[in-house]
Amino acid sequence: MQTIPIALNPSAVPVTVDADKCIAHKGCTVCVDVCPLDVLAIDLSKGTAYMKFDECWYCMPCEKDCPTGAVHVEIPYLLR
Amino acid sequence: MNTIEHEVDVLVIGGGTAGPMAAVKAKQADPSLRVLLLEKANVKRSGAISMGMDGLNNAVIPGHATPEQYVREITVANDGIVNQKTVMAYARNSFAMIEELDRWGVRFEKDETGDYAVKKVHHMGSYVLPMPEGHDIKKVLYRQLKRTRVEITNRLVATRLLTADDGPNGPRVAGAMAFDCRTADFHVIRAKSVVLACGAAGRLGLPASGYLFGTYENPTNAGDGYSMAYHAGAELSGIECFQINPLIKDYNGPACAYVTGPFGGHTTNADGQRFIECDYWSGQMMWEFFQELQGGRGPVFLKLDHLAEETISTIETILHTNERPSRGRFHAGRGTDYRERMVEMHISEIGLCSGHSASGVWVDEHARTTVPGLHSAGDMACVPHNYMLGAFVYGRLAGESSAEFCAAHDFAPVDGGQVEAERRRVWGPLLREQGLPPNQVEYKLRRMVNDYLQPPKVTRKMEIGLERFEGIRHDLEQLKARDPHELMRALEVHAIRDCAEMAARASLFRTESRWGLYHARVDFPDRNDAEWLCHSQLKKDEQGRMASFKRAIEPYIVPIAESERNAYRQLRVALPAEPALA
Repeated sequence: MQTIPIALNPSAVPVTVDADKCIAHKGCTVCVDVCPLDVLAIDLSKGTAYMKFDECWYCMPCEKDCPTGAVHVEIPYLLR
Repeated sequence: MNTIEHEVDVLVIGGGTAGPMAAVKAKQADPSLRVLLLEKANVKRSGAISMGMDGLNNAVIPGHATPEQYVREITVANDGIVNQKTVMAYARNSFAMIEELDRWGVRFEKDETGDYAVKKVHHMGSYVLPMPEGHDIKKVLYRQLKRTRVEITNRLVATRLLTADDGPNGPRVAGAMAFDCRTADFHVIRAKSVVLACGAAGRLGLPASGYLFGTYENPTNAGDGYSMAYHAGAELSGIECFQINPLIKDYNGPACAYVTGPFGGHTTNADGQRFIECDYWSGQMMWEFFQELQGGRGPVFLKLDHLAEETISTIETILHTNERPSRGRFHAGRGTDYRERMVEMHISEIGLCSGHSASGVWVDEHARTTVPGLHSAGDMACVPHNYMLGAFVYGRLAGESSAEFCAAHDFAPVDGGQVEAERRRVWGPLLREQGLPPNQVEYKLRRMVNDYLQPPKVTRKMEIGLERFEGIRHDLEQLKARDPHELMRALEVHAIRDCAEMAARASLFRTESRWGLYHARVDFPDRNDAEWLCHSQLKKDEQGRMASFKRAIEPYIVPIAESERNAYRQLRVALPAEPALA
């Protein structure tokens, strides 16, 4: 097979994290831990959680279990 | 990327509903056993009940129903194709499980006398027990896992079972292989017995939204369990009896007539008229739904706007805090207030799930599969209409059977060839320099599933579908994963492809129509009891081919009267007679 070029396509992601409230820099990883699809990650340079993969089931453990109320789940744009 | 070896007595794969119960029960049966619960996400919030559940759909509670009544209802609801012994094993253990969950701290609705507040949703009997505060059920399970000292590993994705030759009995289970979706480390877990509890094949059809993860089932349940059981040589049953659900359009979650029904909610056509007598999910119910759309009387809606304010607020509290709590946000975005507007519904894409219909790995009344040492429970094990409580009961049975198997068997040898081949398959997408992105292969595969397998089923289309799935088999060898997370998606595409092929072959094998829309074949429109009142099975034969065959239905232990046999075929509300012209 020939080399397959890969394009980067932008995606609007449904999970947002309020950087002022997020305490990932203090070692918290609750939202990352509870996500069934493992789509969240910690941005080490900013010290906050963010949605890394556009694979959300809008199920909400990340929002419900966040100790500071920093995480918000929207319905993915394609379903809204 | 390292290879890590483990040795345990009982390996439970899947930490959702049935899995934790199986692990706890194996440990309780023999506390000296080393029991490992392996989960691809995190046990705290994994599986179909990640955010809890709003009720039991099949509670068999003394004073409200008997096990015999329940077995009769499910036999009729599933058009006669049941191994009644397995349904009876569920029904007899149903109440004891409710009482145990109650003791563990799961809260069920009770009336003023302290009796369970059972509701009627099914066509014949009463089996629905609401859990308006069922959102913390995973926490309750987690507490029990800790209390019984079950070992837990999170973020390990099981991909294949290990088997060993066991003489005349054929292969038996020897363990499983998995990889870490954070590090890509490869794990070889040797075990005396294994429980597969990996949930439904919920990422089979593509949702109409086109969003890969906008599924009814938790999308982590990608059919991994079906695929692992198949490759280990286990028999699967009723795969052609698809899961197709009446859902909220676009949101793709349950409209939940089970919750709203007892409050007076129901499904209607576009004119606001009822067209089915019973909102319990069955193939025939979906067929009537489909007919309503085909007849130009759609869309179908969930109607609540005739209910009193306090009733609607109660419904909102239950539906917007449990199971799929983002539902309230979806309705708000669309401007849907139950008080003023009916909820638009649609017919879902297909999946495989015995929790709702009947497609799964063949198990007996002790949760044993046809492979010695391998057990299965929950949505992926073929006990029709088993739902969450069935997952708990069969989890218990699987745990107890596994402990029993350990008492009588030592470890089976690990075949180094199997380990080497699987490590090559698993690491392949990471080691490849370039190739196809997993999300695109998955999108195309699942679109083909819609195009060729969505009922009504057409023979020629399913045959073309098989050709397409064969083509995608070659694409799997070109999958490229950029990191361990994407590797998980790549391996899931393998499982989804296996399920697609099983769905096509099983559907082609049964040359009749049965279960309403679930197996409506345009070329064979009638039910043919003379030839097809039997299970249709599927397994990997000695040559590695996907083989279909019939299995006779065991004589019923609960006889079905001729007058009851067709109860579920008469769901349509009789239309009022046209007024006579003056």
